[in-house]
Parts: sequence; structure tokens; C-alpha cells
Amino acid sequence: MDGAVIELVDAVAVLGRFPALAGATLTVAPGEILLLRGPNGAGKTTLLRLCAGLLPLARGQGRVLGFDLATQRTAVRPHVGLLGHRNGLYLDLTVAENVAFWGATAGATTGEVAAAVTRLGLVGRLADLEVRRLSAGQARRTALACLVARRARLWLLDEPHAGLDAAARDELDATLREATAAGATVVVASHELERAGALATRTVDVVAGQTRDAIGGLGAGRPLSQPSDARQPSDESDGGLA
Amino acid sequence: MAGLVARKDLRVEGRGRVALNQVLPFAFIVMVMFAFALERLPTPANTGDTLLELVAPGLIWLATLFSLLLLVQRSFAIEADDGALDALRVAGVDPVALFLGKASALAVQLAALEAVLLGAALLLYGTELRAGGVVLLVATWLTATCGLAAVGTLYGGLAAGARGRETLLPLLLLPVVAPVLIGATRAVEAALGIEDTAIADGWPWFGVVAVFAVAFGAGGVLAFGPLIDE
Repeated sequence: MDGAVIELVDAVAVLGRFPALAGATLTVAPGEILLLRGPNGAGKTTLLRLCAGLLPLARGQGRVLGFDLATQRTAVRPHVGLLGHRNGLYLDLTVAENVAFWGATAGATTGEVAAAVTRLGLVGRLADLEVRRLSAGQARRTALACLVARRARLWLLDEPHAGLDAAARDELDATLREATAAGATVVVASHELERAGALATRTVDVVAGQTRDAIGGLGAGRPLSQPSDARQPSDESDGGLA
Repeated sequence: MAGLVARKDLRVEGRGRVALNQVLPFAFIVMVMFAFALERLPTPANTGDTLLELVAPGLIWLATLFSLLLLVQRSFAIEADDGALDALRVAGVDPVALFLGKASALAVQLAALEAVLLGAALLLYGTELRAGGVVLLVATWLTATCGLAAVGTLYGGLAAGARGRETLLPLLLLPVVAPVLIGATRAVEAALGIEDTAIADGWPWFGVVAVFAVAFGAGGVLAFGPLIDE
């Protein structure tokens, strides 16, 4: 698919000796908000880490933002923002210092950093609090502000709503819609299907390390260019997921 | 980018004050315990120095090496606590800049620690400075600090992703830094005039320390990226 942000064909990624992704095929178009859903251990996190260039592509083909994951996986990283299960923050630094640091790694100006802090509502006394003193939801919002400040072209979010209260969830959804309106693409792995499904423009199931287009699922919209629903998960790969 | 990383590490230390409140007292306690252990041993014959004065340079560097282990573990713990090392990789921070930044921050903390340990040696062991040895002393102090910071950062990166990294790091690091312990100790002995050693006798040992610093500085620049990526 020309111009695809993510294009995986029979992608295999291994954790240790086990194929956490066992032949995933996926195409994501620019501006999409794609929901990845599936049971624990299905390979959602591995798929996100593969797309972020953190895991090597063991077999198959993969391109992210035009970079070949087999040969250029480190080159894709500066263009990607990944929010995993952990926030990637420095606990002894304040909210403002964390956002300033991560913004600076991407060359963000002081104004852009301040805008990111304001966008996530991390203003006033909260901005000067050390991250270790924050609630889980506040820390998550700080991590999101770091992503905003980094101006990534592809956002890869693993359970982004976890720990957020209702207002913060609305704020997050609005932020993601703004990001896509500004040209970014978002991939969300989530178990909160109602919330994430309402946000997504398309849903893909991840089962036993393989992807299949969701049929009639929440947020289902555009079809995959190369659906892989002919494959069946194997017991071996299912047992090996981390 | 290296400056950004170094400032971040120093700011984290400024907030957490682990080096100030934990590592520094630990190093000082080590020096005091050495004094307790060695003070009653007889002074060697044919020398005007006490035993503690004779062994002071080695004890300073031993205390420095023990403290280095704590500082390196702290340096990488702040990256591991909330997954920041992964975030640094995804942010595309150049591994060379990351290595140089973390090594620089470590060097600043080590240099301050060593200065305090030298003061402790003067206080506890009766060590005396001699004016002619100051250049050698300062050159050894700075070069050994850079070498230890480089090798500490390199091996800290190696151990960062390993299971049991707290116990693995000393096993990996202490044998490797033996040349610094030997070279810096001999150089400082000459600088302080222990057993009437001539200052000129210390410069070859300084050379050993300098070669070590250059080797591990270059090795870190080349190897740190692949190490933290695996």
C-alpha cells in the first residue's frame, strides 16, 4: 500500500525463543486511529514495540514511516512516540522538567513544551511536583505531555486510558484526535473496548501473535489491505507469548 | 545532546541526593573501617610513615571503586525505574551522546567524592600533601576519574538489562578496573612521597591510567549503543 504509515507482511518477532508475533500482517494509513484488541499475551505490546523499532524483525517484511524494519529500525525511532505500560519518566524530576527533557530530545522549543504541558492540564502547582509524588493518572498525563512535546508522526499507545479519570480520558481522546488532525497516526492497544472503540477509526484483533480485521467490532471501518484471517493461531505460539 | 543527558542526570542527583546522602557516607565509613582495621598493625621498619599513611593511596582508590559501584547502579536505576531507557531509545537519542552524557555526570560525582576521600585520608590517616606532587596528583585524579566513569557507564549499560544486575555489576566491573587501582595508587604514592618515592616514578603509572581511560572512553563510544540495544 503506497503511503502507508505501517506495513507489515507476515512479520515475526521473537521474545527469547518464542514468537510473540507469529506472522502478523497489517497496514495502517496516515491519519488513522487504529485499535488493537486481543487477550493478554496475544502480541499487542510486541507489535507496538516492533513498530517502534525496539524489537528486531525476525522474519517477514515490515516498513514504518517508509523505514525498513529489517535494516533501518533505529532510524524510525525518532519519528515514533511509544507509551508503554510504564511511563518512561524520571521520578525525581518534576512534571515540567520531564516534559522539557523529552521535548528537548526532539528539538522542541520552550513554547512547544509549555503548550504540551498546558494541553494536558499539567499547570500550576502540578507542574512543579516531582513525578514520584503524582497519582498514577497524573503520571500518565505527564507521559502523554512528553509525547505531545516530541511531535511524533506515529503514536503507539499501550493501554493509554489506564489510571486516568473520566475527565483525563476525555482530554486524552481529544488530544489524540488533534494529533491525527495535525497529520499524526495513532495505534492504540487497549482492553477498554468501549472507550477506545469510540475513538478508533478501525479495529484489528490480535490473536496468538497474528492479526485479523475485526468484523463488526467497535470502530471497525476501513478494511485491511491484506487481511490475515486465513491463519489460525498455533498452540506453540500462543504458549510462548510474553 | 550529551550535555542534555548529563544535566538531566545531575539534576536527578540534585533532587534525590543519593550520592550525597548515601554514597558519600558509605565511602567515608569504608575509610573509617580501614582505619580501625589497620591502626594497630606495626609500622614497617626503616620508614618515617605510619602504616595508614603508607596504604592511604590504595585505600582511597578502593573506597572510590566501591562507591563507583553504587553510583553506576544508581545511574542506571533512574533509567530503569519507569522504563526511561526504552524511552531514550525510542526518542532516537544518539547512544554516543547518551554514553558521554551519563559518563560525564558520573565523572562529576566521582571527582567530588574523591576530593572528599582525599580530605578524609588527610584527617584520618595523617596523610600529607607535598607541593611538588600536586600536578601528578591532580592529573591522576582527573584521568582516573574519567576512566572509571567511562568503564562504569559501559559496564552499567551492559548489566542494565541483565537479570541479577545488582550482583552482576561488581563481578564484571571490579576485575576490569584493577589497572586503575594499581596505576592510580602507585601514581598517588609518588605524588604524596610515600616511602620517599620520587615524583618521576609516578608518571609511568599515570600513563597506565591514561591508556585505560582512553581505551574505555573509545570502547564506550563504540560499544554502548549495541549494548543497550540488545
